[in-house]
Amino acid sequence: MNWNQLVTRLFGSADGVHAAGDFLAGDVTFEGQPITLVGTTNHAPIGVALALAQARVVLDTIARHPGRPILLLIDTQGQQLRRRDETLGINRAMAHLGMCIDLARRRGHPVVGLVYDQALSGGFITSGLIADACYALPEAEIRVMRIPAMARVTKLSEEVLTALSESNPVFAPGVRNYVAMGGVRALWDGDLPAALRDALVHSPTTDERARDGADRGGRRLAAAVVQRVLDAA
Amino acid sequence: MSDIPAGLETLDFSFSGGRPVGAFSPVLVGVVGSGNLEVMLEASAGDGCAVRVETSARGFGPIWQAVADDFFARHPIGGVRISINDMGATPAVVSLRLDQAVAELPQGAPS
Amino acid sequence: MISFAECSARERLALLFDAGSFHEWIAPAERLTSPHLAQLGVPSAFDDGVAIGRARLDGHEVFVAAQEGEFMGGGVGEVHGAKLVGLLQRAVRDEPEAVVLLAESGGVRLHEANAGLIAVSEVMRAVLDVRAAGIPVLVLIGGANGCFGGMGIVARCADFIVMSDVGRLAMSGPEVIEASHGVEEYDSRDRALVWRTSGGKHRWLIGDCDALVEDDVSAFRAAAVAALKASRPVTLESLEAEHALLDARLHMLPIEADGTDQATQLWRELGIEQADRVPDLDVDAVRALRIA
Repeated sequence: MNWNQLVTRLFGSADGVHAAGDFLAGDVTFEGQPITLVGTTNHAPIGVALALAQARVVLDTIARHPGRPILLLIDTQGQQLRRRDETLGINRAMAHLGMCIDLARRRGHPVVGLVYDQALSGGFITSGLIADACYALPEAEIRVMRIPAMARVTKLSEEVLTALSESNPVFAPGVRNYVAMGGVRALWDGDLPAALRDALVHSPTTDERARDGADRGGRRLAAAVVQRVLDAA
Repeated sequence: MSDIPAGLETLDFSFSGGRPVGAFSPVLVGVVGSGNLEVMLEASAGDGCAVRVETSARGFGPIWQAVADDFFARHPIGGVRISINDMGATPAVVSLRLDQAVAELPQGAPS
Repeated sequence: MISFAECSARERLALLFDAGSFHEWIAPAERLTSPHLAQLGVPSAFDDGVAIGRARLDGHEVFVAAQEGEFMGGGVGEVHGAKLVGLLQRAVRDEPEAVVLLAESGGVRLHEANAGLIAVSEVMRAVLDVRAAGIPVLVLIGGANGCFGGMGIVARCADFIVMSDVGRLAMSGPEVIEASHGVEEYDSRDRALVWRTSGGKHRWLIGDCDALVEDDVSAFRAAAVAALKASRPVTLESLEAEHALLDARLHMLPIEADGTDQATQLWRELGIEQADRVPDLDVDAVRALRIA
């Protein structure tokens, strides 16, 4: 579904949320409580400008609305692949967005991410993946990189990568995979307002993803390795 | 249909009659990169010299055997476990790393 | 002078920190290797490409990690990432004077795809937890493979970055950009262009790293020692200042290039003298050009 349909299903209407190009922002009321929305649409490539635009909304929320929940709506094709953005320090702009979201969390704002269409690594590693928890619609997809580019970098053929993406949880882009690995906390299916209500109340404020990955069997080693480091002589 | 790459090849060699090296902390030399390998030496029970190779360059068993034989002839050590992760190093580089590893043993290389 | 770039990760740890002070956690002999590489016919490394532990730096107790750029390009996989997260969580618990990351990485280890992406994200959050605990996180970037992708973001989440002119810090690699938008957009084989876009001199001049040094282990050591007190709390004020800086910078480069080299143009806009000569100047000279 597109952002308009999503927002309407969640909040009854899309009034209060506006799109400027690929950029989404707005304020809504959910069960009597104001919430800040910020994110992207149109499978947006996230460059310096779009990272800063999202950061601006988060900073304004911290400054003006202490404790207000923030919902990150994610639909991205990943980082903008342009030399201009690299020259300008897109990694720094991404880190800035991530640190704004992280500060909001530490200041007591519940921050929840929702992948509602697609997400590629650079486009959401400093938004959805740095929220208290990241959720997804069942039909969403999360990828690290598009297969042609991945083939070039890994020297694995596109045929091999395509086959792996179908059969292997480490490569498959379906969000159920990410739930099993702990990267996504849960899928929002059916009653979206109920899912949001639960997320606002029950999202952890510490990073539980390695523990989730171990419990759910999708990422068996990470939590154990962390513990071994903590216990090492 | 699916061309998922064939797995790594694992090769094992063992030698006896070497001079026991005694206890030592594990030694690691080299890096697993293209044309390179890492070699780890650990003290083991008994007097044997066991070598395990995991390599992405399949089908070179006889060459690995020759390199291992040549290595043990140069360094007849015992009570040692040698573990190798290889990404297509040449025999010369393999021999070099093995020699470098032995050089880091507390007693140096027994002759 | 010992070239930092030419050292392996373990050589850097042995040479940069106080002699004999590095104590490793999860040593290679524990064989905590990747569970995902063998199925792709790729050899594992006994330490999964990163050595972690504690050490002393000029007598100060620090927690350290060094990524091996030659193994899988330093890419972060499940175990590699978890070792870093464990180190960072342990720092919050044990309170060393600093955490020092010798970063050399392409970012997410693509061979571990989803597991790598989540791992990098966990490292990011863990770095920010260390900072929030008031413990400075220092990142040293000087390897031939640079610091890219998710690790390029992690670096900018730290308190302090030391780079050599050989080092590179960016998000996407030149090849990926060229593959996406063509050689006109980014000629990945034009080394001078690559270093103007992502290299240590450029990052120093625009303020994206905090110290610029020669490709020399002792120079990195000295810069790290000097940075030990560099804890910078993340506050609303500091983020507002950062936002203003990045926003101003965004407007210094028009979207449509007019043929002028972008990096040179940006340096000129920032008021840096001798912008045209930067690639030819030595590190000392470039260091002196930065606007305070």
